[in-house]
Order: sequence, then C-alpha cells, then structure tokens
Amino acid sequence: MADPFLIGDGMTGGYGPVDILHNCTISVEKGQIAVIVGPNGAGKSTAMKAVFGMLNLRGGAVRLNGEDITRLTPQARVRKGMGFVPQTHNIFTSMTVEENLEMGAFIRTDDTIRDTIEQIYTLFPILKQKRNQAAGELSGGQRQQVAVGRALMTQPSVLMLDEPTAGVSPIVMDELFDRIIEIARTGISILMVEQNARQALEIADKGYVLVQGANRFTDTGKALMADPEVRRSFLGG
Amino acid sequence: MDILNAFVAFLNFVFVPGLAYGSQLALGALGVTLIFGVLRFSNFAHGDTMAFGTAFVILFTWWFKSMGISAGPLPTALLALPFGIAVTAAFVLGTDRVVYRFYRQKKAAPIILVIASAGVMFVMNGLVRMIIGTEEQNFADGARFLLEPKAFKEWSGLAEPLAIKSTAAVTVVVAAICVAALFWFLQRTRTGKSMRAFSDNEDLALLSGINPDRVVQVTWIIAAALAVIAGTLYGLDKSYRPFIYFTLLLPIFAAAVVGGLGSPLGAIAGGYIIAFSEVIFTNAWKKVAGYLLPADWLGDGLLQALSTDYKSAVSFSILIIVLIFMPTGIFKGK
Repeated sequence: MADPFLIGDGMTGGYGPVDILHNCTISVEKGQIAVIVGPNGAGKSTAMKAVFGMLNLRGGAVRLNGEDITRLTPQARVRKGMGFVPQTHNIFTSMTVEENLEMGAFIRTDDTIRDTIEQIYTLFPILKQKRNQAAGELSGGQRQQVAVGRALMTQPSVLMLDEPTAGVSPIVMDELFDRIIEIARTGISILMVEQNARQALEIADKGYVLVQGANRFTDTGKALMADPEVRRSFLGG
Repeated sequence: MDILNAFVAFLNFVFVPGLAYGSQLALGALGVTLIFGVLRFSNFAHGDTMAFGTAFVILFTWWFKSMGISAGPLPTALLALPFGIAVTAAFVLGTDRVVYRFYRQKKAAPIILVIASAGVMFVMNGLVRMIIGTEEQNFADGARFLLEPKAFKEWSGLAEPLAIKSTAAVTVVVAAICVAALFWFLQRTRTGKSMRAFSDNEDLALLSGINPDRVVQVTWIIAAALAVIAGTLYGLDKSYRPFIYFTLLLPIFAAAVVGGLGSPLGAIAGGYIIAFSEVIFTNAWKKVAGYLLPADWLGDGLLQALSTDYKSAVSFSILIIVLIFMPTGIFKGK
C-alpha cells in the first residue's frame, strides 16, 4: 500500500528522558482531514509536535509525500510545505492583521504574495475589514483566523492545527470548522488536535483516539462516532 | 512685555536646552529599547558604546580637519559620523559574536546577559580611555549660533536674549531625521517588520522562517548607529568626556523604562520626559519669576528645586516611581 501523504510512523519519544509517545502512528491523506482526540494528557499535542519535528524521536519516522523528513527542523519542514498553528501565542499581537499575514509569507520570494493575502481575505472576510488593526486587539475567534491565515501564507500542502477552537464560543467553533473544511477542499491536508471530540470527528475523514501516547482506536470519523466503546469512553455516551 | 520676557527666558533656559538634551536621550533610549526588544536584555554597555563611537567620530573629525575638509557652517563631525558608525557597528557585531552569541545559544537567562553586558561595558570603557584618553575633548566647529542672543535682542527689543546654539539645532534636526528613518524602516520594510515580529513572538517568527541571526545583526547595527549619533550630538552640544557617557546610562535607561522597554515610541517620549524633568527641577526659576511676580514676593533664593549636581536624582526618582506604579511604562512595554 502506498504511503499516506503525511505520516508519522510508529513514533516513540518525549521531551526529556521519559517517552510520552509509544509506537504512535498518525497520518493524513491529500485533501483530507485527520483529527487526533483523546483524554487529557493522552499525548495528542505531543503527537502533533512530533510530526512537526518539535521533539526528538527515539523510534519511528516522519514522511511527507514519500520523503523521510524525520531529521528536519520545524523551520525546514515549513519550507517543505508544512504549516503549523500553535495552540497559544500563535499571532504577532503588536502587528496588524495584514502584517501578520505578510510575516507568514516571509520565506516566499515570488511576487504573488498579494494574491495569497486576497485569498485569505476571501476565506476570512472579517480579516479584510480589520486588516489595519493590531491582531492583539481582536476577539478570540478572529485571532484564530489570523493564526490560520498566517500559516496558510506559505501555501502549505499540510496544515497542522493544535486545538484551533480552544477558548472560543460554540458558534465561532462551528464557523471555524466550516472554514477548515473549505481549506481541505482546496487540496490541503489538515491534521488537527481537538478537545471538542464530537464536533471534530463529525468533520473528520480519519480519527485517531490516543490513550497514554499510543493509538487506541483508528477509523473514519463516522465509524468512531458510531463505535459504542469510543462513545462510552471518550464522547460521554 | 514682562510676560514676553518671561516666555523668552523660559525658552532660552528650559525649552531649547531641554529639547536638545531630550533628543539626545531619546536616540540613546531607542538603542536600548531595540536591543531589549530583540535580544531581551538591558544593555549596560550602551553608554560606553556611545563613548566609543564618539571617540572615533572625534578622531575622524581631527583627520578631516588636518586635510582641510570641513562642512562649512555645520560641524565637521557630521561628515565623520558615518565612519564612526561603521567602526562601532563592526566592534559591536564582534562583541555579539564573541560574547552574547555564546549565551544566546545556551539560552541563558536575561540577567546573565545583563551581567555580560556590564563586562563588555568595562572593556569598552578601558578601550575608550586608551584610544582617546580621559580628558575633555571639544570638537564642535562651524557656526556657533543659529540665533545670536544680540541679534535676537535687537530684533525683538526685549530685555531677555534668546540664543539657539547651532549644535542644539543640529541635534534636533538630526534626531528628527533618525527617528523618521527608523520608524519608516520598522513599519515599512520587510527587514524592519521581521524585527518587530521577532520582538513580538520569537517562536512564531522562527516558524515563519525569519532568520534570527540576521535580525540580531541588523538590530546591533541600528543600535550602534543610534548610539554613535546620540553620543556625537551630545558631545557637540556639551562636551566629550568618556566618564560623562558612562553616567548618561542612567537617564537613558530611565527614559527607556518610563516609555516602556521595547517600545520605540515610548523611548522617544521617555527621552523628553526625563530631559525636561531634569531641566525643570534644576533650573533657577528666579529669572522667569522675576518678570511675572512682584519684586517683594521673590525673596533671596534662586527658586531652584535642586542644584544641577543632583540632576541624576531626578531621573532616579522618576525611574523608581514608574517602576513602582506603572512598571510597563507609558506605552506598555515589557
């Protein structure tokens, strides 16, 4: 079987001497949405950071489009086409919305940056309205849009989101999920860690339930939602 | 007429000197605040960087004069400035390479970098003494006054003279040009924006592909340029003594902290606040008051809150008050 577009294969490792991930596998296909859910402390964010190269792996490999990128730094992975939206501190608060987007495109040298900014304004119309406002003055949901927009500025092939809906209202959350589906439809693969497991699995092509740093259940989002054991243990009935 | 005379005395003894001194402090504080914003430590060596750069500007000025080059009515030192900046920038980049980079790579706590900068300060202090000595140097030349006191008196018919030294005028004009250029650079250019982004959120800047080494280098070069310009303007306006530049560190830090460390706008505001506070507290107000109040109200005193010897106390007091009541400064720094 051909490799998925992005795969963290049998990842084992942690920040210090103690392993947090144990033979954990996460992957996402082109243009699809993969969601990592699980209880607190299950290593969801750690798994995503491992895929992005933010911790050292003692075992396993990360491959993007067939290429082994296990040894690359996060910055080098950005150049390979991976976009990452951290959970917190994910915008330049003192800079305007438009400057945030410009900084997102810092590694690009082509002259179509303007076009990408316009595309992002089409995706998030509110950002166009607030383009000259300092990003730190925006509401929680709008800040997340800036964060996602900044990551999209490199025109990545994979977008990784660490709890994009943390701390935003349910209405804003639905709105954000809609936008994420739209992004996936343009052919960008989405890998996302989510606290709101139920809503996230609804839009997921593939879901990963992690427990203590290992894969517990892996299936399509729908199948996981239907699985009585997953429902009982992780979705509250 | 008395009110006008009082106003002219105020301009002559408070406003003009305060404006010039404030501009010099603002340029110094801008350098401190930029280093703090990007490299995240308070650079104690900034005062001696000013002394170092000014020493070279003086050497170049002498050399130019010996060759018969001058800038006409303007001080020759302005021609020497770029050369002084080049030498200082090279030295400061060397310091970063030899000293600060080591601690940066070890991700040392800011306080360690501060102490390291105190070490650099002593080294630069010694170097400056070896290069140009500890004596006072006067290197101002060109026209002495933009506005002669006698000419003003004849023109206005007032009893009070108003003098504007050309060095004060040069200071204000050069400072305005520098500030405008710096803000244009920070707000409009890609490199300037990347500096602000790096200062705002280092991790995200790295994720966005901003090269930290380049940001650090550009910051040092700009800070060195600002330090040399501030030092030269101060030396032209007053006089050059290396030790004075070391003591300038206090009002410069007070200015940067009052405005909010890391905020360029705050550094400028802070510079003028500190300068005017010092001048207002140490000015003998008897002259101004003499025009406004009846003679028998005046008494014998000079109406001077503090002797000029104590002007550091003013910056110190403001520094402490700001740190207690609004530690992030006026413009919400760090």
